[in-house]
Amino acid sequence: MSRPVEEKLALAVIEGSVVSQLPDDLYIPPDALKVILESFEGPLDFLLYLIRRQNLDIIGINVADITRQYMAYIELMEAMRFELAAEYLLMAATLAEIKSRALLPTGPNDDDPDSQDPRAELIRRLLEYEKVKASAMLLDTLPRIDRDFFVAMGEPPVKSVPSSPTLVEMEELVLAFSQLLDRVKLSSAHQISWDSLSTRERMSDILLSLKDKNELKLTELFSHNEGRAGIVVALLAILELVREGLCVVIQAEPGSQIYVRREPHA
Amino acid sequence: MPDLDLVRILEGALFASREPLSIQAMKKLFAHLKVPTEGMLREALERLAFQYQDRMITLVEVSGGWRFQVNDLIAPYLANLQQERPTRYSRATLETLAMIAYRQPLTRGDIEAIRGVSVSSQIIRTLTERNWIIVIGHKEVPGRPALFATTTQFLNDFGLLSLEDLPGIDESMSTFSEDSSLSREAGDE
Repeated sequence: MSRPVEEKLALAVIEGSVVSQLPDDLYIPPDALKVILESFEGPLDFLLYLIRRQNLDIIGINVADITRQYMAYIELMEAMRFELAAEYLLMAATLAEIKSRALLPTGPNDDDPDSQDPRAELIRRLLEYEKVKASAMLLDTLPRIDRDFFVAMGEPPVKSVPSSPTLVEMEELVLAFSQLLDRVKLSSAHQISWDSLSTRERMSDILLSLKDKNELKLTELFSHNEGRAGIVVALLAILELVREGLCVVIQAEPGSQIYVRREPHA
Repeated sequence: MPDLDLVRILEGALFASREPLSIQAMKKLFAHLKVPTEGMLREALERLAFQYQDRMITLVEVSGGWRFQVNDLIAPYLANLQQERPTRYSRATLETLAMIAYRQPLTRGDIEAIRGVSVSSQIIRTLTERNWIIVIGHKEVPGRPALFATTTQFLNDFGLLSLEDLPGIDESMSTFSEDSSLSREAGDE
């Protein structure tokens, strides 16, 4: 085996200087070694590095050489008392197994050449992992949202979809009226007495005003100077109109403004 | 419905939408009117794209449908404005994502077998939270491990129409066939 050509590859930067190749005697400052180890994604990645560092084809790896190098690192790590991930130790065992298998004579029944190569499984895994590495790099180079390209957006209109108004609960209506009655009480000094207030007449009045506007605020349907009786008549009229299906009483949400709307078909 | 209106309506709807608008969604826009055919929509989209050709906003088709994007020429300027630097994903995360993208559906065990190291839960969580991968089922083997696949958002976020648009899918990840050249080099010692 000829002396492997060292690739000029920056392994680590220690105190400003770039470490591009490992010294032959494998003396490495402990910190650097740790940096190196952490830059690998596990034993397969590390093995790939060892192989590529020698510009070797995976298919043609010399397991004995690689195992020697790999073990040298592992022993060094252990000497440095680094906690090695179990995967690294497993790989060491796998390499040792492949090496010892290669020393054994092949059985007479082994005709399939692939099964005779104890390296086959390791080589398959290395090749496969190399593909994953390559595809991960490709994926990272793809233009990515918010990094390489940006979506153009306009704010949608505040109320793009009108929410369908809900029908008013009876209590809501009664509550609104009691508030109105209270308000009338405050201005009772101006009260004018009415002789008679017809509910029917008021129903017509309401329908008439709804004819122009289609929809009115509840509070617009009576006037304060009619006093308490006037409001009661208005309420009765509205309830009657609702009962007869001529009007609906609606509200966008509980507690908000109540509207009286003419039924479209009425 | 005159064509011009269709183009304008789509323009507004595309800007208002947070997600890419699919043809299906575009048809829904017209639920209260005469629903345009797919052909009409595509023609309108073409006209819209044409109208924007000299602008710094571009109509783009991605997996989930159509969306407006800022022209790539503006991207470097926008990058300066970003408060946070875009996340840089670790090699472990990218390798995991790559495997799921190219080999889906597959289990965590499948990923670990190929990468030779365990896949941390953090990586899976990161990719799930980013909404790039989802569990699409469970493999019917003991333990019923989750099967992972990539999402439509993954395609959208990488500007892809489909998984077939992933780069180098053939060279980089074609299933490993028994390499005949192995036998050539047999016997080291």
